[in-house]
Amino acid sequence: MNMLDVNDLNVWFGSGRDRVDAVKHATFSVAQGESFGLVGESGSGKSTILRAITGLAPDWSGAITVEGKAIGHKRAKAFFKTVQMVFQDPYASLHPRHSVDQVLGETLQLHGFKDIDTRVVKLLEDVGLGTKFRFRYPHQLSGGQRQRVAIARALAPEPDLLLLDEPTSALDVSVQAEILNLLSDLRTEHNLTYVMVSHDLSVVGHMCDRLAVMKDGEIVEVLDVDVLRHMNAEHPYSRHLLEASL
Amino acid sequence: MSALLDVENLWVKFPSRHGVFDAVRGVSFTLGRERLGIVGESGSGKSMTGRAILRLIRPPGIVEADHIKLDGVNLLDKTEKEMRAVRGQRISMVMQDPKYSLNPVMTIGDQIIEAYRLHNKVSKSAAYKKSLEMLEAVSIRDPERVMRAYPHEMSGGMGQRIMIAMMLIPNPEILIADEPTSALDVSVQRQVLDIMDRLVKERGMGLIFISHDLNLVADFCDRVLIMYAGRIVEVCDADKLHEAKHPYTQGLLNSLPRLDAPRDRLEVLQRDPAWSEAPSVSGRV
Amino acid sequence: MTEQTLKQWLLTDTPTSRRHAKISAFYQGWLSFRSNTMAMIGLGILLALVVIAAAAPLLAPHDPFVQNLGNRLAPLGTEGHIFGTDSLGRDILSRLIYGARITLYIVALVALIAPVAGLLVGTISGYVGGWTDTILMRITDIFLAFPRLVLALAFVAALGAGIENAVLAISLTAWPPYARIARAETLTIRSSDYISAIKLQGAGALRIITKHIWPLCISSLIVRVTLDMAGIILAAAGLGFLGLGAQPPSPEWGAMISEGRRFILDHWWVATMPGLAIFTVSLAFNLLGDGLRDVLDPKAGE
Repeated sequence: MNMLDVNDLNVWFGSGRDRVDAVKHATFSVAQGESFGLVGESGSGKSTILRAITGLAPDWSGAITVEGKAIGHKRAKAFFKTVQMVFQDPYASLHPRHSVDQVLGETLQLHGFKDIDTRVVKLLEDVGLGTKFRFRYPHQLSGGQRQRVAIARALAPEPDLLLLDEPTSALDVSVQAEILNLLSDLRTEHNLTYVMVSHDLSVVGHMCDRLAVMKDGEIVEVLDVDVLRHMNAEHPYSRHLLEASL
Repeated sequence: MSALLDVENLWVKFPSRHGVFDAVRGVSFTLGRERLGIVGESGSGKSMTGRAILRLIRPPGIVEADHIKLDGVNLLDKTEKEMRAVRGQRISMVMQDPKYSLNPVMTIGDQIIEAYRLHNKVSKSAAYKKSLEMLEAVSIRDPERVMRAYPHEMSGGMGQRIMIAMMLIPNPEILIADEPTSALDVSVQRQVLDIMDRLVKERGMGLIFISHDLNLVADFCDRVLIMYAGRIVEVCDADKLHEAKHPYTQGLLNSLPRLDAPRDRLEVLQRDPAWSEAPSVSGRV
Repeated sequence: MTEQTLKQWLLTDTPTSRRHAKISAFYQGWLSFRSNTMAMIGLGILLALVVIAAAAPLLAPHDPFVQNLGNRLAPLGTEGHIFGTDSLGRDILSRLIYGARITLYIVALVALIAPVAGLLVGTISGYVGGWTDTILMRITDIFLAFPRLVLALAFVAALGAGIENAVLAISLTAWPPYARIARAETLTIRSSDYISAIKLQGAGALRIITKHIWPLCISSLIVRVTLDMAGIILAAAGLGFLGLGAQPPSPEWGAMISEGRRFILDHWWVATMPGLAIFTVSLAFNLLGDGLRDVLDPKAGE
């Protein structure tokens, strides 16, 4: 059984004359335990796919199936125990007035966990922060530390599928390496499935097993990373991206 | 090679409640008619260096230096009014995001024409013609349509080209580009860089190219200054960047994932406190 | 604990408990507030006002209601009456001191009612959107369309004269601008990533509004309220002047001005002294508001 199946997904914003079709007829599937990449330039609709899966983009048609269960337009609370997301900009994804402890504690409470204190400590250790960061506010943290907190928040409900929306594009390269290593470790430890959006082919090449190349809202090609490495992409646009990123 | 710009012992200081924070600490370098890259991570002081040359540091920040000489004249001795004649006229700056640098309620044509007539006493129609040439110079295919358009109708790459066109109107001697392409897609990045490259060569300008992207700088520049914690830790020729000696530069290069060389884990940069203590390397030629 | 280590404990970047983090954040806010001299002056004046109001019977040299028609309209610096006396021979200083109580009462009541109502309406309207937004905002527009004093007059006429009803009427006319501010703030906060993130934890609208949006709206409302206080004190005085607010012989500052108005050419101090009092308190609120704006901005901690 696949972790995620997306079939003929269309996502749009606005209506009537203002309607913008952000994603058109996207179809792909991600196996259990796999790491799948979505690659494209800005405006290609790659982040919109993630937002449609989580319900943050409400106007969509087609079929989304997670662990064999079809997802409707209303997400049940149990859905968020299976699917979680890490956002692109760690400076915007943490509430400026909430300490790390509040962010994680509230998340755990919402998912009905009882042993919140021990879990907060465990989560902080999992993402390599340690308890001394527990009571800090976002403005007391660096970009990499904030992204670790955001990853801890996404891990709190013990999800199976983690959606990563350009998790390192706002970070320095040395911090990017730390976060990517952390994500690799977490995937093995917690047996996670990743769907990772990025504009950076080398990041996707490092993290993913397979990837889909997107252009103007459409998936132009789905290929293995090995094919990518050997520069054997078939679609001219994929080749163009490859050449530009070398 | 005669130096266009000569910076000696530049400091940028920000006094705060917790004491004085030094964003740039004793940086020296010269710029000839070349493409000089400044690379470093966020907080390394690379952008502050660029702004300090134009004395664009906002209070309470303070700029101190032995001298910042433009063609032998110390910019630090100039009054604010004289500085205004330097900014834009002799040294231009291109910022990261063109969206915030263009006036959203004026057409692009009006903005270019206004900028041109500010520097040259010519009629409106002559300025219009000249503006069209400017846009063509930055490889904009349909300049007449672009002249009528508003900034929000432009893509990021277009906007950045328009900004470069505007910066070049007064024919500056030095162009400071602060992450000019990091908001752009890779394929557009290339085009914008090619345009800047051509202009620098044709006009004999000096270019200071500030970026966090090592590979881009290695590709594009002639000489590179690597900054860490407000100091220059290494100076090298751009084509020899991959043979860099300093552990910081090596660490940065090794932490990049590479398509052609897959690894299970990326190397993580181990920071040595001695790096920020060591004196700044001179970037003088 | 010595003073040095207490300071370090307060300024730490690595708090060790929830309480420690709160106290430390509060202390750092206080430090940046303290560095703003003008705001400290404003805070000082308001604290002094509170002390004066609380200790009025001890501080006032005379009974504010005792009339002495033989000594009416005595000028400044008269023996026993530093600020002179009014048209009925009452000591102006004593009346000002007792008036501080009324002023504080008005300020406190309005500050409790108007922004809270505005916050509720604004955040719900901004977050829920759609028809709710349209309906709530049109109601707000209707309130905004009336001249403030006329609307307050109508309310007081319906509720009956008196200082409490005057305050209530002022609050009812003062909430729409707060609703507007709260809605505008909510619209920007609503689309931010940290709200999306908490939605992905299955949080409902009530939790998002009260725990995530309110803390961010409240700071700008507090600033706006302190800046509005001058106008509120004056509106209460205006109602008093029309006989619908504080009733004579209550020493409300606005009412004192309107009494003194009749003598302003010959006996200027009768109207000027309460005027100066209102001016000082309004200024204090404005200075405080400016200082708070700097502290309450979340980025100020950087």
